[in-house]
Amino acid sequence: MNQLLILFIAIPFLSFLATLLWQNKSEKAIGKIVRFAKVFNILIALSFLVWWIIHGFAPISYKVATLYETDRFVFAVQLYYDEITAVFSIVGSLLFFLVATFSKYYMHRDEGYKRFFNTILLFATAFNFIILAGNFETLFIGWEIKGICSFILIAFYRNRYLPVKNAFKAVTNYRISDVALMLAMWMMHHLTHRNINFSQLGEAKEIATTTNQTGMAVFIVCMLILAAIIKSAQFPFTSWLPRAMEGPTASSAIFYGSVSVHIGVFLLLRTHAFWEDMLWAKIAIITIGALTAIIATMIARVQPTVKTQIAYSSAAQIGLMFIEIAIGWHWLVLVHFAGNAFLRTYQLLVSPSVLNYLVHHQYFHYVLPTQKTVSKLKASFYMLSIKEWNLDNMMFTYLWSPFKWLGKQLQFLQSKTFIGTLAFTALAISIFGYISGNSISVLNQFLPIVLMGIALAVILFAFAYRKSALRAWVYLLTAHFFIIAAVLFNTDHVNLIEIIFYASGVILAFLLGYYCLQKIKKVDNDILLNRFHGYVYEQNTTGFLFLVAAMGILGFPLTAAFIGIDVLFTYVHSKQVVLILLMALCFIFIELTAFRILLRIFFGPHKKLNHPVAFRSS
Amino acid sequence: MEFLFNPILFYMSNHSFNEAGVITELKHFLPAQQALKDFIHHNSLHAFQHMKFYDAIFKASKIFGFQVHLQLPEYREMYTTGRIREDVLQMVIANKKGLTAVAEWKEKLINVEYNTINHPRIGELRKYWKEIYHLDLDNKVHPLLFRILCAFLDQGIAIDSFPVVNKPFIESVREMEQNSFVSFFKTKAVKQKFLSGNYSIPELLKIIVGKEAYYEQYLFDQQFAHHGWSGFVSAVEDNPQTLLDRKQITLKELLEFELLLELDALNHAQGNTWQPLATRVTQPPLDLFADLPKTTLAEVIELWQDAFEWSYYDSVLKGILISNENRKTQHQIEPGLSLSTNAGPSLQAIFCIDEREDSIRRHVEAVDKKAETFGAPGFFGVEFYFEQEGGKFYDKLCPAPVTPKYLIKESDAKSIREEELIYTKYTHGILSGFVLSIGFGFWAFVKKIQLLFRPKMSPAISNAYGHMDKHSVLTIENKNTADIENGLQIGYTLDEMVTRGENFLRGIGLVKNFAPIVYFVAHGSSSANNPHHGAHDCGACSGRPGATNARVQSFILNHKKVREVLASKGIVIPDATQFIGSMHDTAADVWNYYDENILSPENAKLHLINIQNFETALNLNAKERSRRFASINTKQELEQVRKAIHSRSVSLFEPRPELGHGTNTLAIIGRRQTTKGLFLDRRAFLNSYDYTTDPDGAILTAVMRPIGLVCGGINLEYYFSRVDNIKMGAGTKLPHNVMGLFGVANSSDGDLRPGLPWQMIEVHDPVRLLVIVEHQPDIVLKAINSSPEVFEWYKNEWVHIVALHPGEQQFYYFKDGVFAKYNPVTNAGEIKTIHNMVEFIEGAKEMETNHIVHATEENLPVYLLD
Repeated sequence: MNQLLILFIAIPFLSFLATLLWQNKSEKAIGKIVRFAKVFNILIALSFLVWWIIHGFAPISYKVATLYETDRFVFAVQLYYDEITAVFSIVGSLLFFLVATFSKYYMHRDEGYKRFFNTILLFATAFNFIILAGNFETLFIGWEIKGICSFILIAFYRNRYLPVKNAFKAVTNYRISDVALMLAMWMMHHLTHRNINFSQLGEAKEIATTTNQTGMAVFIVCMLILAAIIKSAQFPFTSWLPRAMEGPTASSAIFYGSVSVHIGVFLLLRTHAFWEDMLWAKIAIITIGALTAIIATMIARVQPTVKTQIAYSSAAQIGLMFIEIAIGWHWLVLVHFAGNAFLRTYQLLVSPSVLNYLVHHQYFHYVLPTQKTVSKLKASFYMLSIKEWNLDNMMFTYLWSPFKWLGKQLQFLQSKTFIGTLAFTALAISIFGYISGNSISVLNQFLPIVLMGIALAVILFAFAYRKSALRAWVYLLTAHFFIIAAVLFNTDHVNLIEIIFYASGVILAFLLGYYCLQKIKKVDNDILLNRFHGYVYEQNTTGFLFLVAAMGILGFPLTAAFIGIDVLFTYVHSKQVVLILLMALCFIFIELTAFRILLRIFFGPHKKLNHPVAFRSS
Repeated sequence: MEFLFNPILFYMSNHSFNEAGVITELKHFLPAQQALKDFIHHNSLHAFQHMKFYDAIFKASKIFGFQVHLQLPEYREMYTTGRIREDVLQMVIANKKGLTAVAEWKEKLINVEYNTINHPRIGELRKYWKEIYHLDLDNKVHPLLFRILCAFLDQGIAIDSFPVVNKPFIESVREMEQNSFVSFFKTKAVKQKFLSGNYSIPELLKIIVGKEAYYEQYLFDQQFAHHGWSGFVSAVEDNPQTLLDRKQITLKELLEFELLLELDALNHAQGNTWQPLATRVTQPPLDLFADLPKTTLAEVIELWQDAFEWSYYDSVLKGILISNENRKTQHQIEPGLSLSTNAGPSLQAIFCIDEREDSIRRHVEAVDKKAETFGAPGFFGVEFYFEQEGGKFYDKLCPAPVTPKYLIKESDAKSIREEELIYTKYTHGILSGFVLSIGFGFWAFVKKIQLLFRPKMSPAISNAYGHMDKHSVLTIENKNTADIENGLQIGYTLDEMVTRGENFLRGIGLVKNFAPIVYFVAHGSSSANNPHHGAHDCGACSGRPGATNARVQSFILNHKKVREVLASKGIVIPDATQFIGSMHDTAADVWNYYDENILSPENAKLHLINIQNFETALNLNAKERSRRFASINTKQELEQVRKAIHSRSVSLFEPRPELGHGTNTLAIIGRRQTTKGLFLDRRAFLNSYDYTTDPDGAILTAVMRPIGLVCGGINLEYYFSRVDNIKMGAGTKLPHNVMGLFGVANSSDGDLRPGLPWQMIEVHDPVRLLVIVEHQPDIVLKAINSSPEVFEWYKNEWVHIVALHPGEQQFYYFKDGVFAKYNPVTNAGEIKTIHNMVEFIEGAKEMETNHIVHATEENLPVYLLD
């Protein structure tokens, strides 16, 4: 029976693949596939639940496959089913069913009909990956896919400016969450010296206490909390959530109203065994949850637009769930999650009706407002809430502006010969590093940091670069070589196959991206990054290919590079704070740079004004 | 100073700034759409209506960057598929360019490549912030500005509404600023400036722009960067009653506030070192309103558009001629038929002129061969404000430009208004939200299942019949002119009733041969999850359902004393005749009747028979409509199709409950017999008018008055929303977010989106309205020339008009001030006949994509009816 767990993932994923084969106008065919997926998704969730109940609620572990194994690293796809999974899978499959049914009519004849269903099927796959994951590696696959689906749906109306801007905003948040999870995995690996399953988190906790490695445990928990609060739009990361309501109402309903935004709750529930004895962690979670509940409610109360109001209310309830988790009321959390997810999905789906309903209500119940004195406190809180407590500005000012500024200071990297030499050097050093192994010990301490620093500098430069997209793309590849070089120098022995895993995926993605950009360059000589070009309007396929390339170059679970990245991390030792920090930043900004190129060249208002092009503010 | 020699720049540099003048100009050009609850269709380019159509649209396009016609490849594709006819194209070219130039222009139209890229003039000045200062001013100012505006204007979404009430915008914001630890401004200096009130638009412009000649352009650039919000502010300023919870705001206040926010953003970003914009302008922008030289491309587009329009019109005109011919010969062959009509109609039904009623009229006449139908603007000649029982506001029930002096009140309503718990504000509290998300959440799940699989009417759905209780009593008759409420007289006096009754009957030519029951059939539309529901209701009732008007006019014409006076004026209504108000729900295809209890026993029996016939007609109507809906299988049993149509109107997941006015193209003013033999595919506004009762055209003048404004307004709003749904329309409605209960925007930080959403205009053929009037050309000319506002529509070609000379059976087309003979080029054989309506309807094809060629493929040409 345990093998059936695979179906949870296989059904939506195979359906996703099947829908790819159809054209946008084949609504009937796509509809049939989606119907199959949504019905079987529920059937499997229900039948497995029944079977699991009959067998006495015992958690189930099932190893699907081991993708890669050495003496020091195992990458296994591991599934796990317990009461948390049960609730999330039932609620998720029911909501998926409802939203898919709703959208079949709602999306009728939309130019993105196919894209919409592709994406929500892939999302269903990712969701099931996450909730069924038995270890961090498996969870991370779903975590990344879900982020990409979210991005695609926020930027669904990709030839308008605001969806693109807000999609990028969401992605920047998501990426920090991704990298936080990567770091948690990395430290967990160093703590336990193996790849741990969720069912063994209690043991991991034991190891931490017995070996006196509380520092490592603290780091892991911090990273887990960070990953969770970002995905669940908790303080201070709440402002991306209302801005994510850019796609069709149905997708906003399932993503930002319900299942997607509760995934942080899931992560905390799933890892609870690891931090349940850490009082400080509970206090931190309770504080964040309480702050979010209060602030988001205050903001929700002044929102004059229906979707943002629901978004903030939902975030506030998730804040309460965080508190409940920390206290340990897990059944309450599960009920609360289900109720909130159902409620907010419904509220969002019927949100356009609010105009008719409330105007009618006003018609009969209106009372002429009378002026009450506005206290200083009330005025302040009102204005602060209208400004969303400056949360959005803060993210921009403190998180991104410094890096952008740094990137702009690196103008000297611009010269062609310079970057050529750099790339060549990086390659040479990598090879040298591999051959020499650990022989030049003097350099050992600093060389990896220097190399990783150069990698980051190159990436930040590309991130702030306003000229040719092709060059920025080449810089990303160069940076990868430096990362490899840094890792090679950081360790005495590296498996060549791991480097090949990593490099093969990256190089493949690079070539694909290079081809796409060249193609656009042929159509239009100008591919500068200082504006939006909107080429997806006329180069749909190229745009899609470049999306694939961008995902590939950041080590998305498309190519072997995905495993490669996980392995690369393990070569950094747990005490190398600077190196891991630089590396984490590299992986954050590689994605942001790749996506920036994607957005600037392919998304946004189309630059050729021979057809209606949206106003920037619309 | 070298540019002084350029005349345009010379003009610019000497341009002194007149604040009031610029604000008036801005208000003139901004979109004029009011709150969505009452949607009033109007020409999207109303500001250009004083110009000839083509000059106007090309100018608007150059200034604001609108797409104002189909794209060149689209015309060409329509030509390839035959929707633009070759013979018509040739005729159009020959008329405009001369016979000898046909080949040359045809080549240009069909094959020559043109650069169709259009760089608008708007934004050319303000772009320097980005290009030279590297400052995205819009990004820094818009989100906060929109949020403050929306919070101030909000009608009831926010739980904590704007704390300062009943005060003008700036004053309210200032009071908040004074009273708060937090500021909307980032810099102290600007905050102080705002608090002191010591600033003016020219002064702020001087700091920001620096050069007087640029002020006007700068303000245009700034306001058209968010034309939705600016237009709405301007609309609220002019029509404060558009918001139930009234707000005091002016465009001037918006300008001041936005300039202050810009100054604040500039100071914050650039410190105090920045120079005004004018100092960095390298290329002075062209005057926005400078004349536009006509290009070959523009001429090509004109010819294509004309050819597209006449490809349809021409066959319609031919069809009318043939069907009139057929009718005459039929009368000669079967004189008995006309005898039976003389025996009197079985019933009469007066519908709105709305083109959606074309089909139901046809089906009623087909089911009951002796039924007679009429068309008249749906407020049925009675203009008033209506107060629903328990309502705190009045609804205007007449065309938008009319300001009634009367109030009709409802009482004795029986039904109780239900509440919908899902909208309760308690779900947004912390603890109440907690309790409700647990308790309510699971119930919401059950509701969701229900709404998906068993859609039914609920308080969340906009119900056409929710407007007035079926069994309520209306105060229609005024017996004491002192009965006045808020300056409005309650009900009509006898004289006032007589005038309205007489004018109405004469207008549609119904002055004799009354049937036992005459139905007034108003219309409204039920739809779910649709912020634009008002756009589906009756345009002649200010975007509301018109049932009250139907009841009021029925009451007047049933009134004994009114009838006595009417009889003395030559309109004798037999005692047996009774008028009944009713309403057709154009989305759900439901038809409900009011005041049935007044019917005499004989009429009550007849009424039952009539209802049966109407139900059959509704079934057929539903079937005809279902042809355009992919989700309904047209070939099902009639009842099933009808059920499916009905459930569309209450389905929350259905973005197209009905297609609204999509495909409207014609307005025919004449006797029903002129159009009775034709299948017009719900594309014609049909206004009954009998020229034989109006030899000098006095009535016609009154009939023609609203045609341009109402029908032309609807037509042009659909036209512009169709050709540029992205800028002049509201775009697809799927991502819409309801803002403050008065508008929609795409995201949390977006501009308001005026115009019609994509789902409403998708099947529309963007062609201008063709008005066909059955009377002599000189009389028609006199009628449309009665006032300059009316004449402007025709003179400037925003609407075409053709007179059908009744005696000659000859068409006259109005161009350049005169009616000249027009002979259709369509051959009689090209117009096909429908022998079997059911088979015909079932032959519809599902559209392949929503590209114009596919989407309008099922917009049928004219057919003759068997």
